[in-house]
Amino acid sequence: MKTLLAELRLVLRLFQADVTHNRKRIALTVIAIGWGTLSIVMLLSFGEGLRQSFHTNTRGMGVGIAVVWPGATTRPWAGLPAGRPIQFTDEDAELIAARIPEIDGVSREYSTRRGVAVGEKTVNARIRGVDASFGAMRNITPQPGGRFLNERDLQEKRRVVVLGDELAQDLFGSQDVVGRTVQIQQSTFTVVGVAVPKTMMGMYSGPDKGQATIPATTYKSMWTDHRMSNLIYRPVSPELGDQAKAQLYRILGGRYRFDPADERALGVWDTRRNQQITDNIGLGIQMFLGLIGALTLFVGGMGVANIMYAVVQERTREIGLKMALGAKARQVMAPFVVEALMMTAMGGLLGVFVGLVIITAIGLVPVTDDALAFLGKPTFSLPIAAATALILGSVGTLAGFFPARRAAAIQPAVSLRYE
Amino acid sequence: MDKLIELRDVRKVYSTGRLEVQALRGIDLEVGRNEYVAIVGPSGSGKSTLMNILGCLDTPSSGSYTLSGEAVAGLDRNRLAEIRNRHIGFVFQSFNLLPYATALENVELPLLFAGVSTKERRERAAAMLERVELGDRMEHKPTELSGGQMQRVAIARALVNRPTILLADEPTGNLDSASGKAIVSLFEELHAAGQTIVLITHDSGIAKLASRVVRVQDGQIVEDVRAAA
Ligand SMILES: Nc1ncnc2c1ncn2[C@@H]1O[C@H](COP(=O)(O)OP(=O)(O)OP(=O)(O)O)[C@@H](O)[C@H]1O
Ligand SMILES: [Mg+2]
Repeated sequence: MKTLLAELRLVLRLFQADVTHNRKRIALTVIAIGWGTLSIVMLLSFGEGLRQSFHTNTRGMGVGIAVVWPGATTRPWAGLPAGRPIQFTDEDAELIAARIPEIDGVSREYSTRRGVAVGEKTVNARIRGVDASFGAMRNITPQPGGRFLNERDLQEKRRVVVLGDELAQDLFGSQDVVGRTVQIQQSTFTVVGVAVPKTMMGMYSGPDKGQATIPATTYKSMWTDHRMSNLIYRPVSPELGDQAKAQLYRILGGRYRFDPADERALGVWDTRRNQQITDNIGLGIQMFLGLIGALTLFVGGMGVANIMYAVVQERTREIGLKMALGAKARQVMAPFVVEALMMTAMGGLLGVFVGLVIITAIGLVPVTDDALAFLGKPTFSLPIAAATALILGSVGTLAGFFPARRAAAIQPAVSLRYE
Repeated sequence: MDKLIELRDVRKVYSTGRLEVQALRGIDLEVGRNEYVAIVGPSGSGKSTLMNILGCLDTPSSGSYTLSGEAVAGLDRNRLAEIRNRHIGFVFQSFNLLPYATALENVELPLLFAGVSTKERRERAAAMLERVELGDRMEHKPTELSGGQMQRVAIARALVNRPTILLADEPTGNLDSASGKAIVSLFEELHAAGQTIVLITHDSGIAKLASRVVRVQDGQIVEDVRAAA
């Protein structure tokens, strides 16, 4: 150990001598490693940003919820023919909430397109009538100063509305509009909340930002002939999702007399699956980007190895001399490995530094574009730093090790004669 | 007389492609403690090959070599490195100093590989440079030294780990006659102080100063003369 430490001084000297001799070559190698590091840092950081944005955006529609549309039977059951359409009623929501312990939230959803007007201005928007639990399940968060619909709104069939952020902007030119009123079908609605902007990866009947949400009871009083478009529900926990779904078929099957095994009697969109899949896709993209970065870095590593081979060649006599003076294989090899590691470390630091500068700069640019928001912000995290260091370290060690091993394998009598 | 070196029927064959060169063809040689042996012979006779084997830089194709009582054949590379470090001090025709290191650092090298502490290394290397009268050149790089001075640094390096044998291959070959003489008289001093020396030379004038002259021709010893003491 002491010998190695003492040797380190000599190694630094050697490196110094090398740098002055081969300034250009070493600079190019360090830049190659720096470039490789930069690409791995950038790719992994973008991947991480994308993964995180995937993660939040797939949850934009709500976490772990399922959407249920009425379908039609495909099998005869209990003496009834196949091809019977199912239609939901208000009692279904109550029945599901009461009878299925695996489900802890249910909401009805009525939906139509109508003009929403403020003064002279009319915007054609989707109006939906829902229960109070809808907001939390569907991740519709009110901006400060506002609220979502509550139970009293429903009981009293109040004319209140929660606006999507874009709809509020379009109607009022502002999102700070709680307490103002809008006209829907000649009725006056008071705005009680405006939703916080969000990005959604999955949706049905359009993005939430352009919709006006009112109590289901109010909706029914305005459009008495409308049928319920769908129900949404949330299982107590994601693991209970499959059981909840089976129960749903059993309960509704009993009520509408269809075979609980008749999949098409209901249309169920279980968003847990999507969330899992997009999480995996995000991870996959990141691994792919990391692989590309690692390959780029590998090319830089080849550059270091190449230089080290040349250095070994140049120092053949010196290696022979050291061996003649009693250097063991380890003592001959160490300087080359250390030198390669030094070059790699310099390039690595350079790459990480430039990468951090770029990432910080990107982070400072305000995101206005939807596509950019979807890309997410490149994020440099500790695991990325660790992965980069690990890859750099192994590249450097290997790039030094193989030439060094060759150096140590030569017979000293042979290397001493080398000119 | 202690036998430090004992070669028995040592042969060395170099095969380069189709050609086979028999560089050594059956060498028997014994060197005792505090001998001063000059090995002479025409160019290509196998002197350097012999020195490489004596210095454990190369291994014989056949035959046995016992150095300081230890059979050298079949030892692994690291063990051979240890033996070289402990028993052999090399002086080469072309000095072989590290160009980027100072005289002192060059002399410290064998001690570095022996694992000697920094302080002791410094002291012993400095003392050895004083011994070859280069006390005022310790911090100089080889390029700042004359040929004779470089060779004296190399000798200091060869001696710093107190080797059993000093092996020198044409140490004056690259020097002018004055510097060469200084080196030769240094060798004589060292021998007088008890150092065992094996010296390869073309110069019969230098060979005469040794206590024993071994003449090699075509890979064989053809003459072995001890000077009357
Ligand atoms: N590595 C090698 N490969 C092939 N042949 C070699 C090798 N080294 C030496 N020889 C041959 O072995 C023979 C002896 O060479 P050696 O270097 O020992 O001679 P020498 O006596 O030292 O000569 P000189 O006085 O010119 O230095 C020569 O014929 C040489 O060509
Ligand atoms: Mg020779």
